[in-house]
Amino acid sequence: MHGLIRIKASKMNMSVRETKTAEPLASASAKILALAPRRANFTTRVFARAGAIAMRLVPPVVVIALVLLLWEFLCRKSGATLPPPSRVVKDTWELIVDPFFDRGGIDKGLFWHLSASLQRVAFGYALASVAGVALGTLVGQSVWAMRGLDPIFQVLRTVPPLAWLPLSLAAFRDGQPSAIFVIFITAIWPIIINTAVGIRNIPQDYRNVAAVLRLNHFEFFVKIMVPAAAPYIFTGLRIGIGLSWLAIVAAEMLTGGVGIGFFIWDAWNSSHISEIILALVYVGLIGFMLDRMVAAIANIVTRGTAAN
Amino acid sequence: MSHYLLIDHIDKKFTRGSHETEVLKDVTLGIEQGEYVSIIGHSGCGKTTLLNIVAGLTPVSRGGVILENREVNEPGPDRAVVFQNHSLLPWLTVYGNVKLAVDKVFSASKSRAERHAWTMHNLDLVQMGHAKDKRPAEISGGMKQRVGLARALAMQPKVLLLDEPFGALDALTRAHLQDSVMAIHEKLGNTVLMITHDVDEAVLLSDRIVMMTNGPAACIGEVLDVSLARPRKRLTLAGDAEYLKCRKRVLEFLYERHRFVEAA
Ligand SMILES: Nc1ncnc2c1ncn2[C@@H]1O[C@H](COP(=O)(O)OP(=O)(O)OP(=O)(O)O)[C@@H](O)[C@H]1O
Ligand SMILES: [Mg+2]
Repeated sequence: MHGLIRIKASKMNMSVRETKTAEPLASASAKILALAPRRANFTTRVFARAGAIAMRLVPPVVVIALVLLLWEFLCRKSGATLPPPSRVVKDTWELIVDPFFDRGGIDKGLFWHLSASLQRVAFGYALASVAGVALGTLVGQSVWAMRGLDPIFQVLRTVPPLAWLPLSLAAFRDGQPSAIFVIFITAIWPIIINTAVGIRNIPQDYRNVAAVLRLNHFEFFVKIMVPAAAPYIFTGLRIGIGLSWLAIVAAEMLTGGVGIGFFIWDAWNSSHISEIILALVYVGLIGFMLDRMVAAIANIVTRGTAAN
Repeated sequence: MSHYLLIDHIDKKFTRGSHETEVLKDVTLGIEQGEYVSIIGHSGCGKTTLLNIVAGLTPVSRGGVILENREVNEPGPDRAVVFQNHSLLPWLTVYGNVKLAVDKVFSASKSRAERHAWTMHNLDLVQMGHAKDKRPAEISGGMKQRVGLARALAMQPKVLLLDEPFGALDALTRAHLQDSVMAIHEKLGNTVLMITHDVDEAVLLSDRIVMMTNGPAACIGEVLDVSLARPRKRLTLAGDAEYLKCRKRVLEFLYERHRFVEAA
């Protein structure tokens, strides 16, 4: 992302320079001479930057190509249980080119499955973030709350996400809220624990500053606690989003309905192995993007906090 | 006789479990309005503890602090502190750090525009107006202390509490900041209680120097009046007889009568 922005900036530079050179061309020739070396310098810079980008892009491309080749080679032979990449692309070409079709029921394009899953994650994760930061603050701030709640948290957080599913199905009697609840209960522990650690680690100095200024509880929370604990909170949020995405696929396999988890389960039941592989690629890419998104937000929000 | 600020028969014990350490014992000190008082003593004798008690950040075991005839036992902006290690909030800019204090203290009495102007005024007072958009991590140690000072001054405190404000700085920066503080004290007439472990600094800046004995159970060993005319210039003072006399007196106290004992 950084690289892309840089390229844009240098392109802009270039156009500015070109308009500048156009003017002196008409008036004085001496000035063009003065500008010439800078232009040369500029082209070498572009080459250098392109080279740097290539250096970063080439290794992953080479490795991916090698892995695909190996996979192709291993699965091409007759008797192979999994399809080679060429087969995967051929089998799933319709799904790849048209992710938006909707033939009713669960016969929809991948876009709809993924967006249904993302919506559940968004719901559950948003709830977990709010509740997790609130509970984490409570546990981090009050010794009493910590002594009371921490043992419960430590036990509950080891319960595997899917173990919650039957219980939530019994409670909600519907797949949708149950899946959201599973996301919530999966994501909340790292958020609570990291927030609590962050709050507990707020330096006494900052508390003293707040005390001298007589900040009230709300002002202290907004102006000192949240920014001071932000790096920790975001560590929790980032772990949380990863776990949510892990849990949603498994939960949807059991709850059914539109969603990438059930799409995979359905493909397995109809022996469409290629579709499973395609879905896995999408699941991986989206998980990666979710993680990067939270990391990017963290970078913006905690700008300056981490330093010092 | 009533003092502007009175530290009245203070004892301070820290207890952890059954273990009890007596840090301060029977400390009494009266300070007049506009006076500049320094507290000097060896490391660990309880200077910060005493300052924190005046600030209201640490509760006393016995005794009390009286400011303008009223007991104060919790922190407040009328006793602004410049902390030993600047304590700026790293996520706020220089301006933001001072503005936070201004917004809180003058939320009712000043308009938005006035609060902005007052923030800038105080930053300019410590010559930090030019760096207002920098974050604490981007400025030098001396600059951080200036901002800490601006933040404290901006609260218009009755008493300004300085905890080794120049302790972590190199000699040149320290001299520069001392001059700034003297100029500001001259101009605003603040009541200042400053902790230091630097004899020259104490003599140069103070009207009175309070010398503390070594802990545990430290108390005030001696109080020295520094009757040097203001404004004071460090270069002319360097050979001044009164200056040298005061300096000698403090040195004698610190290094002969109350030498730092490792066991303490
Ligand atoms: N919260 C605390 N609990 C227990 N003991 C403490 C506490 N705070 C300070 N002390 C003790 O009180 C004594 C005085 O500490 P203080 O920080 O006031 O010293 P100081 O004179 O400011 O030293 P320095 O010049 O190094 O800053 C020390 O021996 C320290 O161990
Ligand atoms: Mg100290």
